[in-house]
This record gives sequence, structure tokens and C-alpha cells, in this order.
Amino acid sequence: MGEPTQVIPVFSGPQCAPSNPFCWDWITANWSSILGPSLVQHIYITLIAVVVGLVISVAAALFAFSRNWFAGGFLAFSTFLYTIPSLAFFLMFVPITGLSLTTIEIGLTSYTLLLLFRNTLTGLRTVPRSAVEAAEGMGLTPQQILFRIRLPLALPSIMAGVRIAAVTVISLATIAASVAPLGLGKPIFDAIHTLFDTELVAAALLTIALALVTDVIVVGLQYLVTPWTRVRR
Amino acid sequence: MSETTTERPAADIVFDHVTKRYPGQETPALDDLSMTVPAGETCCLVGPSGGGKTTAMKLVNRLIDFESGDITIGGNSIRAVDVTTLRRDIGYVIQQVGLFPHMTIAGNIAVIPGLLGWSKDRIRKRTDELLDLVRLDRSFGTRYPAQLSGGQQQRVGLARALAVDPPVMLMDEPFGALDPITRTEIQDEFLNLESEISKTVIFVTHDIDEAIKMGDKIAVLRQGGVLAQYGTADELLAHPADDYVADFVGADRGLKRLSLRRMREVVNGSAAAPDDAPAVDADASLRIGLSTLFASGASAVRVTDGGRVLGAVTLDQLQSAVTRSTS
Ligand SMILES: Nc1ncnc2c1ncn2[C@@H]1O[C@H](COP(=O)(O)OP(=O)(O)O)[C@@H](O)[C@H]1O
Ligand SMILES: [Mg+2]
Repeated sequence: MGEPTQVIPVFSGPQCAPSNPFCWDWITANWSSILGPSLVQHIYITLIAVVVGLVISVAAALFAFSRNWFAGGFLAFSTFLYTIPSLAFFLMFVPITGLSLTTIEIGLTSYTLLLLFRNTLTGLRTVPRSAVEAAEGMGLTPQQILFRIRLPLALPSIMAGVRIAAVTVISLATIAASVAPLGLGKPIFDAIHTLFDTELVAAALLTIALALVTDVIVVGLQYLVTPWTRVRR
Repeated sequence: MSETTTERPAADIVFDHVTKRYPGQETPALDDLSMTVPAGETCCLVGPSGGGKTTAMKLVNRLIDFESGDITIGGNSIRAVDVTTLRRDIGYVIQQVGLFPHMTIAGNIAVIPGLLGWSKDRIRKRTDELLDLVRLDRSFGTRYPAQLSGGQQQRVGLARALAVDPPVMLMDEPFGALDPITRTEIQDEFLNLESEISKTVIFVTHDIDEAIKMGDKIAVLRQGGVLAQYGTADELLAHPADDYVADFVGADRGLKRLSLRRMREVVNGSAAAPDDAPAVDADASLRIGLSTLFASGASAVRVTDGGRVLGAVTLDQLQSAVTRSTS
């Protein structure tokens, strides 16, 4: 994490007094070298964690649907992962996977499992009874009912999970920078050791903005994949 | 029907000493049921709530398993075929309709044809044909179930059940959730539709009037799943097997019998109607004839067919039409 003196050149912009908590000139001067790349890293860190978490959770929920022993087991496992303090979690994997992106992703993905698994399973289980009865009576196999009826009808519930998971991962990923210098957490951690606040404030604001924009995007995605939920008579 | 579907002949359904007992229940839900529903006929199952109507119906497509006895469709035991194949050959309609909310109307209708590997073109033609059949505008194809009224949804339910032209249909109180006007309308259309397509139908209802209207045959079940009587509406109304059936068909069974026959069937061509006789259409029921007679105070009604007078019908004729033995 370096000594504070190494960070001094960062706030060497001419107009920026160290006492100014938000210096616009510093931001424009350092966008392409610090903030921009960190933002892009943060986006793909989040994307990987949510996508991998979603794939694992949906697969696990589909498998768990007709196997209560597995549903209970996976729920207990993902709850356990969820209760581990995040920093401890990241550090736990350092001896195995090093100070790397892999370590970060293992931690972040683990945090999404409880939410995404539970929402998917609930969605699969709460489809209208009459639709399932009609499907059975028409001669759809249990597999076909699961994949053609239950899974699509679980989409609103799954997307609600994705929404919360994505925002949670965006905020947790800043802490992950203490393990590997990636994402918007890096400028935050760098700036903590200095007297200059702009870098920290800018990175924090970017994190919040990213969370808000992501939320809007996920809602838009949900809107696109569940056209039947917004029709009116 | 066009070349998109090969016309499939109806098949008879035979219950052969079928008994169903749910685990942990003292009395059977269905007790030694034996009856034959001839090919192309509609059999209405009526009886009290808990009388085993739904159970009897769900045995046919094996949504419920049974231990003793056998059921055959077109001579083949339902246990001899794969359950998925069996069900795809049986149209299934339930009171709650059970449309798939995430699929459009066309998507709902296309589910089984799709699974059977029909081409897109054949499915589209068949969907249009079915929407016409149940009297829904073809533009409904692109809508979602939530955009339809209860009556429209059940029309789609019917269309979906008819998609692959199954020889057998099972219907569990299909019109029970509809308002009276919509129900009458869709009943009439189903009767109409049935006369065009030959299906063997098991139609569950708790409403004896609906059974009289819809059924070629009526099976009356009593508590404990015992078949109390099986016959045509006229047989049940004229000769109820016991007090239970008599009570079930109602004290006004004499009037109900009048509803089953048309003026054309009893008109006496040689008798001239008195001058004050009111006119009744030849296709009106005897019940309408009686009502017209009473309302006018005349001694006979004049039966007309279009502009033509067929003859007269007196009160005595109306009475003897229902008191004379039916067999
Ligand atoms: N799945 C089931 N498990 C146990 N008992 C059942 C089940 N379904 C129906 N029954 C019982 O079987 C009897 C007949 O039920 P049902 O066939 O639904 O009658 P109906 O359709 O005439 O109202 C009732 O006593 C009912 O409680
Ligand atoms: Mg029932």
C-alpha cells in the first residue's frame, strides 16, 4: 500500500489546495489515468461476480426444486458464506489464490448466492397452481414444466434478486481493493493515507453513481424480459 | 377443418369397476364405477361437492392413480400407454383455465403443437383456425392472458385444449367461474362447436341444468363416489332411479323434461288452431309452448315454421308428451 509520500504527485495540480475537499481540476487531470480505468475495472469486477453468481444460483435452484435436501443444504451453505465478514472472507482466500482478481471474485460471488438462490427458488415455487395443473394435464413433463413454465415465471423474482445483488457487490467491491489494487476501491484506499480528499470523494461519488445507474439498467432489463407483467386490460 | 389437421375419430371411454381410495381416507372417493361413454358423446358428471366427480375425471388422464379396475379409451387401457402421450391426446380444460401468463394467446395454443414438432407455418394456420372456432378475433393471438376477460380466457383454454384435435376432452366445471350471461353464451358455442367436431367429452359440473343442457348422457354420483344413475337427461327426469336422484334433478323435473323437446316433435298437423291461438316457433321448447299457452289463456297454440303454420298443440298434448313412457 505504499508510503504517503509516494502519493504526493497525485495532487500536484496547480490550482488544488490540499484543504479543498473537491477539486474539479484534479478530477479532469486524472480521469484517464486513475478514475476512468478504476471505474471500468469496477464494472467488470461487478459483472463477473453477478453473472457467475446468477449462473450458479439458477442452476442450483433448478436442481434444488424437486430435491428438498439440496435446497436446505445449499441455503445453509450460502447463508454461512453470507455471514462471514467480507474483509475476513477476502483475506481467507489470499493464501490460496493470492492477491488477485480471483480472490476478489470468489468473495463477491459468494455474497450473491444467498440472495439469488433464495429469490430464484421462491420464484420457481410461486407460479399459479392452475397453470401447473393445466400443464400437467396437457402432457408437459416435469422438466418441461420447470423450464418452460416455472423458470420464465420466476424471472421477476430473479431480477429483483439481481438488482439487490448488483448494488451490494458494487459497494462490497470497494473493500476488495484492500486485497488486490483493482476497481474504485483503489483510489479510495490510496487517498485514505493522504491529506488530500478529492480523490477519495470522487471515487466514492463514482461508486454511488455506478450503483444508481446499475439499478436503473437492471430495472430496464427486467422490463424487457418480463413483457407480460406490464400489460393492461 | 382444413388440411392442417388430420381429422381424428372419437373414441369411447370405458370405466370398468374403477375404485379410488385416497391414502388415509375411510371411504373411497370413487366406488366401483362402471360406465361407458360412447364415442363422440358428452357425458356430464354431476353430484354433490366431494362426490368424486373431479377424481373420476382425473383418473382418465392419469393425473390421479388408481389401484383397482381399468379405464380404456378406444379399447386400449390407459395404463398401456406412456402417460405423456396419453395426456397429449386428451384435451384438458379446468375452471381456473390455467393459461400460462408469460406466453401470448398464440403461444399458449402452440405449446403442445410445438412440443410435437409442428412447423411454424402449420402452427400459425392452426392457431388462426382455433381462434375462429372459439370466436375470438385473430388479433388476440399477440395478447397476454392478463389482457383478456374471464370468458375470453376460457375460450383460449378451449382452443388450447383442442390444438392437436384430441379425440377425448376432459372438462372440470369449465364454465363455473363465469357470469350467467357469458356462461350461457359459451355453453351454446361449445354445443355448436361440438356438433362440428366429434369428441368424446367428460364434462364435470355440479349444476344439473348445465348437465341437462350439455350432456348426451348424465352420470349422477352421490357422496362416497357411488354411481346413482347413468342415462340420458330424459331418462333421469322421467325415471329417477331413487329418491336421491329425484331430489337431485329437482322437483320441477316435469318442466325440465319439457325443455328437452321441441314443438315440432309434438305438433298435430291435422288439428286446426283456434282463432285466438298465439303463435309459437316450431323450434321452441315445449316449455316455451306451455308458457305461451298459459300466458294467453287460449286452449291451444299455433306452431309456425317461418311463415308456415304446421298445426296446433293443446295442453293435453303437452302433458302426454312428458308423461308417456320414454323407453
Ligand atoms: N388429493 C386428495 N387427497 C385426499 N383426498 C382427496 C384428494 N382429492 C379429493 N379427495 C377427496 O375425495 C373425495 C372426492 O373429491 P373430488 O373428486 O374432488 O369431488 P368433487 O369433484 O365431486 O367435488 C372428497 O371426499 C375429497 O375430500
Ligand atoms: Mg371437483
